[in-house]
Amino acid sequence: MTVDASRGAEAPPELVQLLTPEGERVEHPDYDIDLTPEEVRELYRDLVLVRRIDMEAVALQRQGELGIWASLLGQEAAQIGSARALADSDMAFPTYREHGVAWCRGVDPLYLLGLFRGVSNGGWDPADHNFHLYTIVIGAQALHAVGYAMGVQRDGADAATIVYFGDGATSQGDVNEAFIWASVFNAPVVFFCQNNQWAISEPLEKQSRIPLYRRASGFGFPGIRVDGNDVFACLAVTRQALRNAREGQGPTLIEAFTYRMGAHTTSDDPTRYRVAGELEAWKLKDPIERVKAYLFRNQHADQDFFDAVDAEAGRLGREVRKRCLELPDPNPLDIFEHVYAEPNALLAEEREQFAAYLASFEGGES
Amino acid sequence: MTTLTLAKALNEGLRKAMEDDPKVLIMGEDVGKLGGVFRVTDGLQKDFGESRVIDTPLAESGIIGTAIGLALRGYRPVCEIQFDGFVFPAADQIITQLAKMPLRSLGKVKLPVVVRIPCGGGIGAVEHHSESPEAYFTHTGGLRVVACSNPVDGYHMVQQAIRSDDPVVFFEPKRRYWDKAEVDKDAAPLPMGRGRVVRPGADVTVLTYGPMVKTCLEAANAVEGERSIEVVDLRSLSPLDTELVFDSVRRTGRCVVAHEAPMYNGLGAEIAARVTEACFYHLESPVLRVGGFSTPYPPSRLEDHYLPDLDRVLDAVDRTFAF
Ligand SMILES: Cc1ncc(C[n+]2csc(CCOP(=O)(O)OP(=O)(O)O)c2C)c(N)n1
Repeated sequence: MTVDASRGAEAPPELVQLLTPEGERVEHPDYDIDLTPEEVRELYRDLVLVRRIDMEAVALQRQGELGIWASLLGQEAAQIGSARALADSDMAFPTYREHGVAWCRGVDPLYLLGLFRGVSNGGWDPADHNFHLYTIVIGAQALHAVGYAMGVQRDGADAATIVYFGDGATSQGDVNEAFIWASVFNAPVVFFCQNNQWAISEPLEKQSRIPLYRRASGFGFPGIRVDGNDVFACLAVTRQALRNAREGQGPTLIEAFTYRMGAHTTSDDPTRYRVAGELEAWKLKDPIERVKAYLFRNQHADQDFFDAVDAEAGRLGREVRKRCLELPDPNPLDIFEHVYAEPNALLAEEREQFAAYLASFEGGES
Repeated sequence: MTTLTLAKALNEGLRKAMEDDPKVLIMGEDVGKLGGVFRVTDGLQKDFGESRVIDTPLAESGIIGTAIGLALRGYRPVCEIQFDGFVFPAADQIITQLAKMPLRSLGKVKLPVVVRIPCGGGIGAVEHHSESPEAYFTHTGGLRVVACSNPVDGYHMVQQAIRSDDPVVFFEPKRRYWDKAEVDKDAAPLPMGRGRVVRPGADVTVLTYGPMVKTCLEAANAVEGERSIEVVDLRSLSPLDTELVFDSVRRTGRCVVAHEAPMYNGLGAEIAARVTEACFYHLESPVLRVGGFSTPYPPSRLEDHYLPDLDRVLDAVDRTFAF
């Protein structure tokens, strides 16, 4: 058996792929997908729009409008493919980079920008979109997802749960504990690991000596590796795993083999650690270009369509920018809001004192 | 004398400790090629190799737990926790194991492990990147807890922490990493367990540490001539240099404790209680505290309100004169 933890552009052997980087449909013995041209065009549109939101956010950060931003560049197919496999009733638990999943769940991108701008810590209601809050502490949400799935299971609901995390996160105790719980309780949960090859500066070899999807077998459930830059394959594999979960067959670990094309966050400097040429090799596997090539190749879309999507992306980008700049700073007394469900005397006192303190400046300025 | 930022001073302190003792190891996430997210370990892996500067898997409990094992084997690991909010996955290892094993062995086991934690707010980060977790650790017997506030202390204290046979939780104020000062590497350093009067004064003592030392000095300077504020940098949070503290408060008769962490059940509460007990007949007014609110750290656009600034310190100072 080969131990393959390579980051290179060569596709490792055990990878489910349905669409080549050149945009050619290929068959896989276990996975297939039947998409109408219209559905493929929709996926393409999603990919382009979330990339555009991401680009705009990176630009806004560079201009000092966001404190920091975690770019999804390169991971669009993994996110759109997996998220479009979800039913409305399925619940998703993200990390801090799942802007594409958020998009598919109908979360206004302004919430994400607001979080990174520092005006809120999220602020959306997870129940509105079946999309949980972003989680910054690495791996913590894996356990929440399993617990949620156990609740779904108890309720006899026809739903599954999906949890997103990175390759680095697989080292955390919480993620390993989540694997154990999911396995022994046969929880209806899909672990979706976006292996983008890096945890900040640390390559995959610093987390694992075996391909990540093979971890699952040691915990007693199936693991599968999918071409994370292939939106068809991500959709097909996730659909199947969610179906298995809903049908009572328990958890699956999906390793989406992909690449972080940008920096870890806008505060990171990848030139310090990234091997030259790696990025160039991965650019050839761009998740958007291959869908475009497929649509062209099969004459499912013409130039007008691509122009229209580009124009829509432009409009979306401008709108996101405008609304971001209009985001007001929170009121200082908001610090005390929503800390407890029940009234709290200590907080009420601190709030009152702080309000009086602030007022002393407004009145007392000479 | 060389002029160093706090980050660079810590870097040079670590380098010196590694040169002096081959048993010193550095371990943590991204400490190698990247040099740590704050570059405190910059260049160390290049010069000391991957077996002494270890990029660990992304697992804080693992970092501290394996450091304990390495220490049992005679090494002196210096663990970097990337950000304050990420020490909690390691809290079990620190609190239930690191702090207690020496006692359980009746002193036969020594655990010279240093846990470096960039702490506090003021850099505009997202949640979990601006915590002040010192009270959790000062509440645990068996740990030494120290906080540096300037490049001179950064350089010396990190070496002292590494030389200490006790486990040390070492706080570094991240918003002060880029502050510069002249560092005399040859001058005899103050022992790690001692506090220091960083600005003498006659009317009121302000006790503080870490990131707030600079803020309190600014407050003292701002009212120079009107009020004479003595600023004490506690440096050692556990054990506390009570002698220095009591001596200062007995001279000035007034006391304010300032920190970034929430006031409720914070270090300030402990210090205020002790000062009240020991200096009761010297006090002109109650000991007052300045700190964060009893809420989670707010989104960064509000941190200027959450973090005590010069005005909040002066407000408390004024109140001690109003009694
Ligand atoms: C518990 C914890 N430790 C450290 C960090 C700091 N940190 C943020 S992202 C990151 C790397 C995460 O890598 P990975 O899980 O592969 O996800 P990616 O960002 O590559 O998508 C680290 C170390 C954190 N957020 N939480």
